[in-house]
Amino acid sequence: MTLTLDSKVPDGDISEQWTNHKFDMKLVNPANKRKFEVIVVGTGLAGAAAAASLGEMGYNVKVFTYHDSPRRAHSIAAQGGINAAKNYQNDGDSIYRLFYDTVKGGDYRSRESNVYRLAEVSVDIIDQCVAQGVPFNREYGGLLANRSFGGAQVSRTFYARGQTGQQLLLGAYQALARQIDAGTCTLYNRTEMLDLVVKDGVACGIVTRDLSTGEVAAHNGHAVVLATGGYGNVYYLSTNAMACNSTAIWRAHRKGAAFANPCFTQIHPTCIPASDEFQSKLTLMSESLRNDGRIWVPQSRDENRSADAIPEDDRYYYLEERYPAFGNLVPRDVASRNAKTVVDAGQGVGELKNGVYLDFADAIARYGRDTIEARYGNLFDMYERITGEDPYSVPMRIFPATHYTMGGLWVDYELQTTVPGLFALGECNFSDHGANRLGASALMQGLADGYFVAPYTISNYLAGLLGQSPVSTDDPAFALEVAAVADRTRHWLAVGGTKSVDYYHRELGKLVWDYCGMARNKEGLEKALTEIPALREDFRKNVRVLGNDTSLNQALEQVGRVDDFMELAELKVRDALHREESCGGHFREEYKDEEGEARRDDENFKYVAAWEWKGADQPQELNKEDLEFDYVALSTRSYK
Amino acid sequence: MAKTLNIKLRIWRQDGPEATGRFVDYAADGISEDASFLEMLDIVNERLTDEGTEPFTFDHDCREGICGTCGVMINGKAHGPEKATATCQLHMRKFNDGDEIVIEPWRATSFPIIKDLMVDRSPLDRIIESGGYVSVRTGSAPEANLVPVPPDAADAAMDAAACIGCGACVAVCPNSAAQLFTSAKLQQLNLLPQGQSERWARTVNMVDTMEEFFGFCTNHGECTEACPKEISLDFIAFLNRDYITASIKNRVLSGQ
Repeated sequence: MTLTLDSKVPDGDISEQWTNHKFDMKLVNPANKRKFEVIVVGTGLAGAAAAASLGEMGYNVKVFTYHDSPRRAHSIAAQGGINAAKNYQNDGDSIYRLFYDTVKGGDYRSRESNVYRLAEVSVDIIDQCVAQGVPFNREYGGLLANRSFGGAQVSRTFYARGQTGQQLLLGAYQALARQIDAGTCTLYNRTEMLDLVVKDGVACGIVTRDLSTGEVAAHNGHAVVLATGGYGNVYYLSTNAMACNSTAIWRAHRKGAAFANPCFTQIHPTCIPASDEFQSKLTLMSESLRNDGRIWVPQSRDENRSADAIPEDDRYYYLEERYPAFGNLVPRDVASRNAKTVVDAGQGVGELKNGVYLDFADAIARYGRDTIEARYGNLFDMYERITGEDPYSVPMRIFPATHYTMGGLWVDYELQTTVPGLFALGECNFSDHGANRLGASALMQGLADGYFVAPYTISNYLAGLLGQSPVSTDDPAFALEVAAVADRTRHWLAVGGTKSVDYYHRELGKLVWDYCGMARNKEGLEKALTEIPALREDFRKNVRVLGNDTSLNQALEQVGRVDDFMELAELKVRDALHREESCGGHFREEYKDEEGEARRDDENFKYVAAWEWKGADQPQELNKEDLEFDYVALSTRSYK
Repeated sequence: MAKTLNIKLRIWRQDGPEATGRFVDYAADGISEDASFLEMLDIVNERLTDEGTEPFTFDHDCREGICGTCGVMINGKAHGPEKATATCQLHMRKFNDGDEIVIEPWRATSFPIIKDLMVDRSPLDRIIESGGYVSVRTGSAPEANLVPVPPDAADAAMDAAACIGCGACVAVCPNSAAQLFTSAKLQQLNLLPQGQSERWARTVNMVDTMEEFFGFCTNHGECTEACPKEISLDFIAFLNRDYITASIKNRVLSGQ
């Protein structure tokens, strides 16, 4: 191992660590803040919140988004809600319980101190958002409403109808807009980060491409903050937005930032199955549907009757039968894997036999159509719009889809990567969710990192740089990277191959899904390790990108992203191959108990796998951060 | 298998902001009726790439009707024929075999064309920057349950806040006015207790900025018809009410 993975977890009892650390960190006095330049890439919950907060403090912030407006970031699509340990319901919730649930839900592969801090600042997030005018749902008396969510026995989820992510993002976007107007933040929209600039081992800026004009430019700063989201689109089909990509974090990885646990990805159980080869993305429907819907498939593989004509005896309610205690409400990873098992066994439903039924007939009979409509009306409408089927009269068809990536850039307690001066926030870091994320926790983490953690820790870093100017963009370190990015971009236009970028992205997605999806095994992963490089080779020789690099060119934007996905996919597979245990979203078929449930191996794999880039011609090197569980005792998850 | 459709497309192509645009016809044959409208465009673009023709540009991202990135005129209607539906949620089963579909970018002087079907909607961001927020520094917020908000007010605020900022309201307005967009954000904040202290300044600032970029509202109501989130025209009435009140209140405050 050549990297030192110093987690910088403060000493003392976990409940006092963050308070003490905040006091121990260095400050920058108000008059000096304006002497610092901070670059923030990404304007989702984490990025917009961090940029706005740093701007309010008085730093000069440059904010980058490849969207036309900061408000488009994919945080906007989160439906369900945001957790916070307010205990407004008087049901025994506490910071400690939220911390406990998150560590356990993550199957003991996250860092306890980071998770505790997340739970601790969760309460401040709700205060902040309410003050911003986020219209959370309220009870009759006008106080905030809560609901329960998977993996918890308390009601701690705050929500704004089915559009919580939208409302929280707009709150952060508006805080950012206020700083843009005040001049502390400068916005670069339709501008994509294509490389990180590192000088003497320290992050000093980024290279960007203006998507409208093709201009490649250098931007310098005292610190670089990445808040660029997850890498779920490595699967091609996912619930992520079309443009979500890993280029910013992958380029940072190539410049020295260790990449942690890339094999930990979350597959969400309630999505609408693909309808054909040209399906461009998958649509998620809130998992609250599992509260009232019953999941089943036909007993027989040759079943061809319509759902309502299949008698009870010929149906297999596999979750209810296998997990009597939790039934249809087992956690996401368990529900997803079981759906795959029955579909693989040929019991799938629908024209392509690629889904399972989610049936509301019993619930409608019990509560009446009106009640079900009040609970799920908008979801039923959405389903009808996409599939053309009426879920009030025929069962929904659902199938799991990639939804969230728990892995990401390795960060210490201060959210700093292994490259000094480079910070990673939100979904693009690995820190809080271990091997499986609980519902309503992604929004919590994005805003915790952005509003309440990074502004302190970045100040601590900047305080040490007082009196230093940022590295000039005239420095050779920048010139070199600008030229490299411009060359790389032009190169794609010159390949002159025969197949589209999307063709290769789809092919890559199929490989990653088949061999490194919901269930993985050694043989498949090894096969993927020969097929992915071969595909990448073919891609680099035969991809066709038309048009020019001086006006907006969507294929040209995408080709570089797919190229980076090709490399990331390989690392993801290698990580999955090396982790010879089943935990959370990572299920290795060789490691299960007699009943087919995941078997974790704490003796050998209770660590974060942080991969270090060693150059394009050799594989990354594995570094380990051992995880300690001093507060939440290691135990096996059971939902039977 | 699902039924397939043969569609004739007529698409606006324009190489850049200053270039002269033109309609180009394309055949979209053998399209599954299960495909979404944007997937149909993907398929045509992939075929164009295979033929060696540069694909056309269109904006899109989440493809589930919430990010507000997509939006084109489909046979003269913003976001197409289905009510309360963004372009990305429209599916081909709403069309018939042999249909001709004319696709144009949003048409408004304040939304210059970047390329083909993609426009620049950044004036909408300028409106938000001029006052579409509550000034609350991170860390300075009081306890969330300190101020109860009547559920009716919270509901109405949420109705307004549902706006996705797609710009369809501007594109369909004969005056290219942005009243529906502006009033949605303004009223979300003006209806809530948290938004009261800045209410009058916010109103004047946002409306004045809006008028720098966009035309005047003459109550046609096309905007609310086209809105994929069905934002109510009532919010424009509230905007007008608040603007009149604000012009008096602000004068009192400045001592005139």
